[in-house]
Amino acid sequence: MLIFIIYKTILVLLVFLISLGIAAYSTYAERKVAAFMQDRIGPDRAGPFGILQPIADGVKMFMKEEIIPTVSSKFLFILGPSLAMLTALMSGVVIPWGGHLTFGGQTFPLQITDINIGMLYVFAVVSFGVYGIMIGGWASNNKYSLLGALRASSQMISYEIAMGLALVALIMKTGTLSLGQIVAQQGDGLWNIFYQPLGFLIFLICAFAETNRAPFDLPECETELVGGYHTEYSSMKLGFYLFAEYINMFVSSAIISSLYFGGFNIPFQSHFGFDGNLLSLLQVVFFFGKIFFFIFFYMWIRWTIPRFRYDQLMFLGWRILIPLSILNILVTGVIMMRHEIFYYLSNIF
Amino acid sequence: MQLTDRKKVVVKKEMSLMEKLYIPAITQGMTITLKHFFKKGATVRYPEVKREIAETYRGQHVLKRDEQGAERCTACGLCAVACPAEAITMESAERRKGEENLYREEKYASIYEINMLRCIFCGLCEEACPKEAIFLTDRIVPVSGNRKDMIYGKDKLVEDINHPIDLSYRQTKAVAEFKKDKTKAHNQTWKDKQNLIKEKSH
Amino acid sequence: MPITQYIFFFLTFVAIFSAILVVIDKNPVHSVLYLIVTFFALAGHYLLLNAQFLAAVHIIVYAGAIMVLFLYVIMMLNLNKEIEPHKKNIPKFAAVIAAGVFMLCLIALLTNAQKGMLPAAQNENIGLVENLGKVLFREYMLPFEVSSILFLAAMVGAVFLSKKEIN
Repeated sequence: MLIFIIYKTILVLLVFLISLGIAAYSTYAERKVAAFMQDRIGPDRAGPFGILQPIADGVKMFMKEEIIPTVSSKFLFILGPSLAMLTALMSGVVIPWGGHLTFGGQTFPLQITDINIGMLYVFAVVSFGVYGIMIGGWASNNKYSLLGALRASSQMISYEIAMGLALVALIMKTGTLSLGQIVAQQGDGLWNIFYQPLGFLIFLICAFAETNRAPFDLPECETELVGGYHTEYSSMKLGFYLFAEYINMFVSSAIISSLYFGGFNIPFQSHFGFDGNLLSLLQVVFFFGKIFFFIFFYMWIRWTIPRFRYDQLMFLGWRILIPLSILNILVTGVIMMRHEIFYYLSNIF
Repeated sequence: MQLTDRKKVVVKKEMSLMEKLYIPAITQGMTITLKHFFKKGATVRYPEVKREIAETYRGQHVLKRDEQGAERCTACGLCAVACPAEAITMESAERRKGEENLYREEKYASIYEINMLRCIFCGLCEEACPKEAIFLTDRIVPVSGNRKDMIYGKDKLVEDINHPIDLSYRQTKAVAEFKKDKTKAHNQTWKDKQNLIKEKSH
Repeated sequence: MPITQYIFFFLTFVAIFSAILVVIDKNPVHSVLYLIVTFFALAGHYLLLNAQFLAAVHIIVYAGAIMVLFLYVIMMLNLNKEIEPHKKNIPKFAAVIAAGVFMLCLIALLTNAQKGMLPAAQNENIGLVENLGKVLFREYMLPFEVSSILFLAAMVGAVFLSKKEIN
């Protein structure tokens, strides 16, 4: 029991630190990717290739003067970024990072907890994430912040529907809500992307919208809303908001790769003949490779596609993605029930 | 009047199904950005690497001295008149006895200022100067956070007597030949003139 | 006393305390936030009853969607004390009487209720999605479908209301 507690504590701490580290270096990667795509160099002054830039940014964030608007609610003003950070870090709990490690006859799964409603848990945390933005935007007592918060909430509610419906089709195929089992199912067979290509596309678009990334970054649209919901924020509270966005990006990349791209599974892994622990470590490396690809994909999209207009955003969400995802559910259902349908049809004719 | 043949008439036609999907257009855009991702950037890392500049690059001015180290400028004001940006101001003074080795002519500039914020580095002052006193060099004017620092006085403009700035590579062959001809008054220093007077009196 | 009992009492305290604050707090935005806390405490109760699916759906639907819309509307209204219209006393009396009657009903119900934990809590698998789905689509098929028609009617009504002109 004690070993179990120590092991889980270490795992939680590891996931926490890795999330923060990857979020920090995502800011650096974002600037580098943006620079390369625009034929520039990007940050290269702090350390070799600018590798210490995130540390410099972090120090700068901490040193900045902290401003809390006097007319706003101080408690809610602080609660906003804290909630954003909390919800961003919470969803990493159910992600399976690798297989099992075996030490002295005891197995240690590389997943903090495999609850049987894993996907719903992620969904609940994501849907709760909007409060961080809404409360922060309202407590700023600034019209631009409020408009950003309202945009964020309506955007997230609209895209949650299509996201949920895309997931329903996937869950119909997998028959389970547990992320561990979904990943295990893809171990030997094909990845889910080959069964659910349309569902993947819808899920990907909605994931972009849920993380407020370009082209769906209307809540912080600087051409119209100064900075959106974080206009009034400074110092590390602003840092929390920016950090939460990158953690969300990391976690959603992990979820996309677990749901549709086989998670930690390496293709043809059963043919290599590695022993347990080595295979598990390789799986972790491979999983992080997939995650990094998706983080790059997020940046790639951001520096390619311009921002949507608000009516286009709503049009895409309600009139294209939701009908498409319902159609996807119908098609998935028909394919799953094809034998029964053939049976009934042959009885009729 | 038609200036170019590149005009394009905007037609708002109904998009085809493929265009409405937007996915081909998005993939096209993404391949373009990916191509640029692997392309070498055009950035020159300035303090470490300096960009190659033309031989006739027009940078910070220099007020030249002659071979004996006397200032060539005679404060005639032609450069200030020629300057389109009105960046040059000066004050003249008369040369005293014993200052012959400092100033080439009887009149010299006691104050000579160029406002580098106004200067457009056109080089017209260099063209206007009858005494070959002012030249533009290939040095870059350093930036400053202070307007005062950008008004360059004689302390920054006159060349160091021990480290004369070589501008011969910026001159054409004809100019270099002309400068060797000591019979022309233009090329004579104060000592040359004294020698000529002595020769004539003999 | 098992640890779940302590958790139960803690969650109950949080739920009731924040529910009272929903009514008492003068700032409507704070009220909505207290209501969200109440919902979270209720979700905790669902978890104690082994109803994980219900707990997750409760948070997704109530805390994650409906309360966001509540907050959305309240944030859009400019609820300053200066422009608050003077309220008459009759609605207050009506509210007190209605709430009193409701409380009487609740007390009457609770005195007849069974004491102790619900039998469902003993079965660990009762709240799983599979079991819930089986019950919902076998035993309660008709009520489930009828309720979906109810939602459809509500949706049609919303679309109808949002249309400005009907020829």
